[in-house]
Amino acid sequence: MSDTAPTYTADEMMTVAAARALTDGMTCFVGIGLPSAASNLARATHAPNLVLIYESGTIGAKPDRLPLSIGDGILAETADAVIAVPEIFNYWLQAGRIDVGFLGAAQIDKYGNINTTIVGGDYAHPKTRLPGAGGAPEIAASCKQVIVIVRQNPRAFVEKVDFITSVGYGSCPGDRERLGLRGAGPQKIITDLGILTPDPVSCEFTVTSIFPGVAQETIRERTGWDVVIAQEPKLVAPPTAAELAALRRYKGK
Amino acid sequence: MAEIVSLAEAVRLAIRDGDTIAMEGFTHLIPFAAGHEVIRQGRRDLTLVRMTPDLIYDQLIGAGCAKKLIFSWGGNPGVGSLHRFRDAVEHGWPRPLEIEEHSHAGMANRYVAGASGLPFAVLRGYAGTGLVEQTDTIKPVTCPFTGETLMAVKALNPNAAIIHAQQADRDGNVQLWGIAGVQKEAILSSERSVVTVEEIVDSLEPRPGAVVLPSWAVSYVAHVPNGAHPSYAMGYTERDNDYYVAWDKIARDREAFTRWLEGHVLNAAGAKAPGAIA
Repeated sequence: MSDTAPTYTADEMMTVAAARALTDGMTCFVGIGLPSAASNLARATHAPNLVLIYESGTIGAKPDRLPLSIGDGILAETADAVIAVPEIFNYWLQAGRIDVGFLGAAQIDKYGNINTTIVGGDYAHPKTRLPGAGGAPEIAASCKQVIVIVRQNPRAFVEKVDFITSVGYGSCPGDRERLGLRGAGPQKIITDLGILTPDPVSCEFTVTSIFPGVAQETIRERTGWDVVIAQEPKLVAPPTAAELAALRRYKGK
Repeated sequence: MAEIVSLAEAVRLAIRDGDTIAMEGFTHLIPFAAGHEVIRQGRRDLTLVRMTPDLIYDQLIGAGCAKKLIFSWGGNPGVGSLHRFRDAVEHGWPRPLEIEEHSHAGMANRYVAGASGLPFAVLRGYAGTGLVEQTDTIKPVTCPFTGETLMAVKALNPNAAIIHAQQADRDGNVQLWGIAGVQKEAILSSERSVVTVEEIVDSLEPRPGAVVLPSWAVSYVAHVPNGAHPSYAMGYTERDNDYYVAWDKIARDREAFTRWLEGHVLNAAGAKAPGAIA
């Protein structure tokens, strides 16, 4: 790396890659944490007309700092409309008006099913009790497409999730149609190592893009299933100085 | 007509042991002061209903007030776990906690059904998720017009709802604005209700987009400035994000939590606004 190339963390690369996955003018249902950081970065850089929708009922929020929760005052103060919670889920999400749902995950499996409910034990006696579903099951079902952002490690990337909180492709191709899920499902899983996309036939997530400096061996070690890496994976461009500056400006506030 | 009473009186009149209680407020306008009063009055065996249990139910669960939680997302927003909730589910401390778990869309629709006087609501939801087999208030239903399979969720009709709002007038009419969550639905689905307010004004000035609850739809109104802290009341207070971050450390540890409970809730005068966390 030359002296002038900006240095960055794996998390920054992940957030920048996630921001790039959003196109200007899209409507985007945003989860808190990494999805919120990435979608606000997109709005600050290449997608100024991205419509951010938070489940608190804020449509078109334009925060100038990253909110801690999905209901911070800055979201309501800058929104085009603030509506009640039943309305956001029924009229806007369920009716199919939202282009992309942007979710995090505690566990995700090779078919893109998400678990945010329990890990270990059984439902009545979990080893670890996670927060639960929130808006995610219906975001995963009804948005026209879904992007998942999650750090890659073998505890998070598992062969089969301990509990299906939000459905990706179920257990095989055709499951989404059988279940009556109207959206196309997860199109990308963006991690701190690269990007996975679903195989068009098997629906299994495979690594199709890799971040600079990441070894394929590292990806295999940090995936809990025997992951397929594309023959010629795309090499993702590192964050630009402008992307990093915008991200750090948000994070710094 | 709503009666304007003290917070202690409102809670004494509206909340009974064994009740099903909804304290709503979606991040904004969470009725923390009223929750603390419920703890101080020693209510027990409550079924607590809330989309996002948040710190308020973490505190009630840790204080031993709850036997059951009906919810859809039990985390500390942007911070992590609700440790008192987890300790109750994972280890039964201070008592076992039964749970009835939904998604946000399902909970919102359950309130809508309750407020509408219907036995259930219908939505496109839950299909393929593990929640369907764990939660018996979610059942598939066939559309009588199209034959399509949809999901039904049972109406919520709590014994009492508690919310916080910006203003009431002297007749007990209530107005709230900003993120309005499911508060209107929670009030209208419940037998009894308590609204704590930042301010009591001579007359409510109409605001675009505000929720107005007429006095006759509310049981009790109490004047509790800063009664949503560490949540907030738009136009009056800011969300205390530092408190949410600081709570993580207190709630992780049973002894630290118990000390916090004694110092900040049990021994705090009922009229005193909830103070700083440390």
